[in-house]
Amino acid sequence: MVLSRTLFSIVLLGASLATNSVFAQGSCSAGKTLNEGRLTIATGNPAYAPWVMDDDPASGRGFEAAVAYAVADAMGFEAGQVDWVRTSFDEAIQPGEKNFDFNIQQYSINAERQQVIDFSASYYTTAVAVVVKAGSTAADTATTGSALRDLQFGAAAGTTSQTFLQNVLKPSRDLLLYDDNADVIAAIAANQIDALVFDLPSALFATAVQIDGGKILGKFPSEASIEPDNFGLLMAKGSELKVCIDEAINSLNASGKLSEIESEWLGDGAGVPVIDLDK
Amino acid sequence: MPQLTRRQRHDQKIQRRSLVISGLSLVLVVFALYVLIPLAPGWQAVKTSFFNWDILVRTFPKLLSAFVVDLKIFLWSAPLIFVLSLSIALARNTNRPSLFPLRLFGALYTDLFRGVPVILLVYLIGFGIPGLGLARPYNSPYIWGTVALVLGYSAYVAEVFRAGIDSVHSSQIAASRSLGLSEGETLRYVVLPQAIRRQVPALMNFVIALLKDVALLSFIGPIEVLRQANVYKSLMANFTPYVGAAIIFLCVTIPITRYADYLMAKQRRQRIA
Repeated sequence: MVLSRTLFSIVLLGASLATNSVFAQGSCSAGKTLNEGRLTIATGNPAYAPWVMDDDPASGRGFEAAVAYAVADAMGFEAGQVDWVRTSFDEAIQPGEKNFDFNIQQYSINAERQQVIDFSASYYTTAVAVVVKAGSTAADTATTGSALRDLQFGAAAGTTSQTFLQNVLKPSRDLLLYDDNADVIAAIAANQIDALVFDLPSALFATAVQIDGGKILGKFPSEASIEPDNFGLLMAKGSELKVCIDEAINSLNASGKLSEIESEWLGDGAGVPVIDLDK
Repeated sequence: MPQLTRRQRHDQKIQRRSLVISGLSLVLVVFALYVLIPLAPGWQAVKTSFFNWDILVRTFPKLLSAFVVDLKIFLWSAPLIFVLSLSIALARNTNRPSLFPLRLFGALYTDLFRGVPVILLVYLIGFGIPGLGLARPYNSPYIWGTVALVLGYSAYVAEVFRAGIDSVHSSQIAASRSLGLSEGETLRYVVLPQAIRRQVPALMNFVIALLKDVALLSFIGPIEVLRQANVYKSLMANFTPYVGAAIIFLCVTIPITRYADYLMAKQRRQRIA
């Protein structure tokens, strides 16, 4: 009787050890992910460089793809345990079940959005930059607020760049808004707008690769923003994973891993002139 | 009060009874929906995302002012569509051998523009033509977006006009020609007035469709009501502004729809009489 009880407890101990070893990597996220033992990450469709290179997040190439894998790693998931799905912004905020554990596509953290969804701690902070076509008349605009106000601006709808234009710069001509960065670039190529505003990394990439003869006129001082443009991972409201993801991001921040990824994939924009809004 | 016959009294009773029954059933259905929908497990989330009163109140004034842009585009597009589509219809209805190229052009035009989704026309013309190097203000998305709408809609409306013209019996044309009216006069005084009048209900449908499709111009830049709602949706992560935009559209389209129904009913009565 005694023996069998000991045996039983040994079996129990063994079983609990076995379960422990399965979840040892992810004690925080155990049982909280969409699929047990796997981490489902969503990104845009398509995902744009330099955030995700070649629209292939599973490659781990590109800033956000690399951050996603680093976060997964810090949460105890190996690269092979990560599944990718694609969502639009609307799918990410619609009520009901989500098909991802977290969503990474340059979501700016703001208080209003937080009523409907949860954001992780910020993994990147960016500035807003103005891009013009080299050789156009707009290319010679002085980097002052008053000179810039006379340009015809375009931006992607609902982005921080747009809010910045409307609330801080207040250009004299009505803004033109587009669905995404690709359409804004099409508009500047068609000369429908003089200048566009993107976050700095997108601007660096656009001028280097996407716009023929594109040039960054300048970036706005970060203190000019109403709230700094902090990117966060998006989760369903009340997601239990938030604690684990925040923990992962904070540890990546502390270890310097995040800034390492940043310098690998995002230009530092050090040479970009700062726009003087008061002049 | 005049004395009612037994038959009239009976009819009145039946009418009253059916009124009561339809009223009761309406109340019952509305009540059931009102009680049952909020019982759905996701109702709270849907309510916050789609029917958020605070957000509606905050965004509605600006949505309304953005709708003025839609109305403007509509008001200058509609007459252009009327003229172009009528010309296309007339071009397709010519039967002189020397005007064959015109007829061919009309047929090709309808084939081409009726076969391409309007949104693609808006993209291709709205971004493509200004890209040729037009200077401001001739590269405005308002101009080229309007061109895209007019080209696309004219292809449809031309077919409506053509059907109207075909519906005028050839004996009328023969009669007016034998009365001494020229070909042009026959068209102007005999064929077109009847053709257009007969097609008014169908045309009203296109008026409603155009009013809604004006929102497609938002894809190439203008901040009209759909784009404004889209911006609010992104900033607030809430779909309520879309509901607001839908309400604005309904306020305009429902009266037009009712008017079209009325016209159709009137025409049906006239045809029977």
